[in-house]
Amino acid sequence: MTERTLKDKTAIVGIATTDLARDSGRTEYSLACEAVKLAVEDAGLEMADVDGIVKDISDGIDPMYLQKAVGIDNAQYCSDSHWGTSAIMTGVTAIAAGICNAVVYYRCLNGGSGRRAGNDFRAAREMKDEGLDLIRYDFYSPFGLLTPDGLAAMTVRRYLHEHGIEAEEVGWIPAVASEYAARNPDAIFFDEPIGLDDYADSTMRVDPLRELDCAPGVDGGLAVVLTSAERAKGLRHTPAVVMGVAQGTSTEGELLSNFTRPDISALPEIRLMGDELFRVAGIDRSDVDVAQLDDRYAPYVAMQLEELGFCESGSGVAFCEKGERLRVDGELPVNTGGGFLGGGFTYGLNVIEGVRQIRGTSASQVDGAEISLVVSGAGGPADGMILRRA
Amino acid sequence: MPLEYIPGIPILRPYVDPDNQPFWDAVDRHEFVLQRCSDCDVYFQPPRPMCPHCLSMDSLEWVPSSGRGEVYSFVVFAADRMAYPGMKIPYVVVLVEMEEGVRLTANIVDAEPDEVYIGMPVEVTYNSPMEGLTLYQFKKRAS
Repeated sequence: MTERTLKDKTAIVGIATTDLARDSGRTEYSLACEAVKLAVEDAGLEMADVDGIVKDISDGIDPMYLQKAVGIDNAQYCSDSHWGTSAIMTGVTAIAAGICNAVVYYRCLNGGSGRRAGNDFRAAREMKDEGLDLIRYDFYSPFGLLTPDGLAAMTVRRYLHEHGIEAEEVGWIPAVASEYAARNPDAIFFDEPIGLDDYADSTMRVDPLRELDCAPGVDGGLAVVLTSAERAKGLRHTPAVVMGVAQGTSTEGELLSNFTRPDISALPEIRLMGDELFRVAGIDRSDVDVAQLDDRYAPYVAMQLEELGFCESGSGVAFCEKGERLRVDGELPVNTGGGFLGGGFTYGLNVIEGVRQIRGTSASQVDGAEISLVVSGAGGPADGMILRRA
Repeated sequence: MPLEYIPGIPILRPYVDPDNQPFWDAVDRHEFVLQRCSDCDVYFQPPRPMCPHCLSMDSLEWVPSSGRGEVYSFVVFAADRMAYPGMKIPYVVVLVEMEEGVRLTANIVDAEPDEVYIGMPVEVTYNSPMEGLTLYQFKKRAS
């Protein structure tokens, strides 16, 4: 077992989002710049203090272009990594290793209005044959299996089958997300909570996934600022100290299409990552006060609860029944900002809410929240982070 | 309703490279082969340059498959916006576990969406959605 070299060494000190909208009318470049500016201000730092820049591998804005616009003249650490807390993890390691002092993570995309490869065929329709040929999913694309929703639906069908779960039972997960979203002005996709009837009536998108199972695309930018736990003490807000970070990939893994592994109805990379995350943080599952899980697809919330060890294999949907455990006064408040289902799918949004819970500023604040879990990458490379109040 | 294509919209081709070319060349000849490590006697899918068990790059071979399998999971593309525009909705994509133990995705060409179930016996067939493209597909099989 390796030493817990990253524990309590760093903290999240700045968070910000731009307006989140169905159609921003802006460039992703503009969203990134605004989010970074706001997050550095939120931290109480100057742009000149930032000497590290990390982002998701699929984020389109090159760090050097960002630097130009926001006036970071000299950076000494830059990294593209897998999504969400995986990218933030590289910043954590860089600060803990003494490579740099303050890191900004940014994520910006026009996921609501813009064209996203693989998610919507409006773009593909307009492409030439040669372009279509470049899409490299040999065993999926010729058969019309290209959207992430389609890939996820394959796993979800088998999961429901293995455990004898009726698809309608999943409805409590989006229902609770809608309750949280209705209270959070940043989460624009629900003004009112939905009920199980709404879920049952929701259009089948890719059977067995309904529209209400799938997080909508959203336009917006967000940014997170990290520095050392020592330096964090003198800054503006209560620091969210990083107790642990971890990643995981597992047997025969692919991004959502893990079809060739022995059992596709589980998320072994979440289990691998989660076990390591709790080990390095040095806490038990029962110590977690609030959790942000990856609800890009609602059934994956149930699967994560199982793989993270909050309930037995196959009982994740039952864990969510009636929503009682997931609500703000429940056993494990989950996705208290409305999740990706309520706020739109953009990695990092869950980190922002995880930090708000530590600061005590969530729209659905968990009383006395001290320890906040953030997980993403369900169905792909898994990542997670545990934050605590300083 | 059997699988139907919409004329004028090209179907996406597999990206053929030296690692998977024997598979797709066989499909062109209406033969269905799977990759196996002759030393380990293990099949893999998707094709790859190395056996993940013995790490040999020389023991890989392509062997004829029985072509028989069972539906392990499936999805039904029901909404226009999420479906491939060159295929008429609803269409089914099945994930089939072959008798050799590996799994592959394709369409089922001769079944209604509500006929398909996990465990359904299927076998390989072939179709040609457009000029110059041959695909392997699955069709119903008596158990």
